[in-house]
Amino acid sequence: MSLRSPIGRARGLGSAKQGLGHHWATIVTAVGLIPLSLWFVISVKGLVGLDYAGFKAWMGQGSHAALMILTVLLVIWHAVLGLAMVIEDYVHCEAKKFAALIAIRLVGALLAVGMTVSILKVAVGG
Amino acid sequence: MTTRNRPLSPHLQIYRLPLLALMSITHRITGVGLVVGLLVLAWWLCAAAGGAASFNDAQALLGSFIGRLFLFGWSVALFFHMGHGVRHLLWDCGWGFELDKAYLSARVALVATVVLTLLAWII
Repeated sequence: MSLRSPIGRARGLGSAKQGLGHHWATIVTAVGLIPLSLWFVISVKGLVGLDYAGFKAWMGQGSHAALMILTVLLVIWHAVLGLAMVIEDYVHCEAKKFAALIAIRLVGALLAVGMTVSILKVAVGG
Repeated sequence: MTTRNRPLSPHLQIYRLPLLALMSITHRITGVGLVVGLLVLAWWLCAAAGGAASFNDAQALLGSFIGRLFLFGWSVALFFHMGHGVRHLLWDCGWGFELDKAYLSARVALVATVVLTLLAWII
């Protein structure tokens, strides 16, 4: 008979080895993304047919640029968490798994910076 | 592994997936698909940051038949992932694990996907 508790034996046995913080971050970003996605869809619908000057004017409103940056950052965060879960479940070669887990985080960081700069450039650039 | 020759349980090729399993795997597939949408959004924002010429090129591509087909698929994936995501949030609150409630929430999520997609494209 083992003296270890059931939770003690179960800990670390999943494909990701840990996960509460991961799951919690997924929940927080998901809750935030429900209103932000709906705002995004409604906004993009309103942009149909606008020329470049019109688009710049729309993005130039501080609330639009701020909400767009917030949406983009939460989406990237949520996407990296989700992709990490998929990779941990399906990629069984440890080397490939770690390479992929590192790559999605770096690409996520690149997208976060690049998309934020793009939004700001449209909003306040000349 | 010493268990190699033991009989295998029926797997994906044998089972016809029930609705709840289909919802689950579709959530994952749409999640990965939405990453493609994210990359397109990044490309679109880059084009906008590049000036009027590149923005107009991007708008023309997205406005083409292929572009609109892609946008339609993106919206379906987004609304499905959102609807099924709400089911996950309810489960995390401890609600809806019973079979009848799980089927009910699955149907609600599917109807919501259709309704929200229609609202986004018709209104």
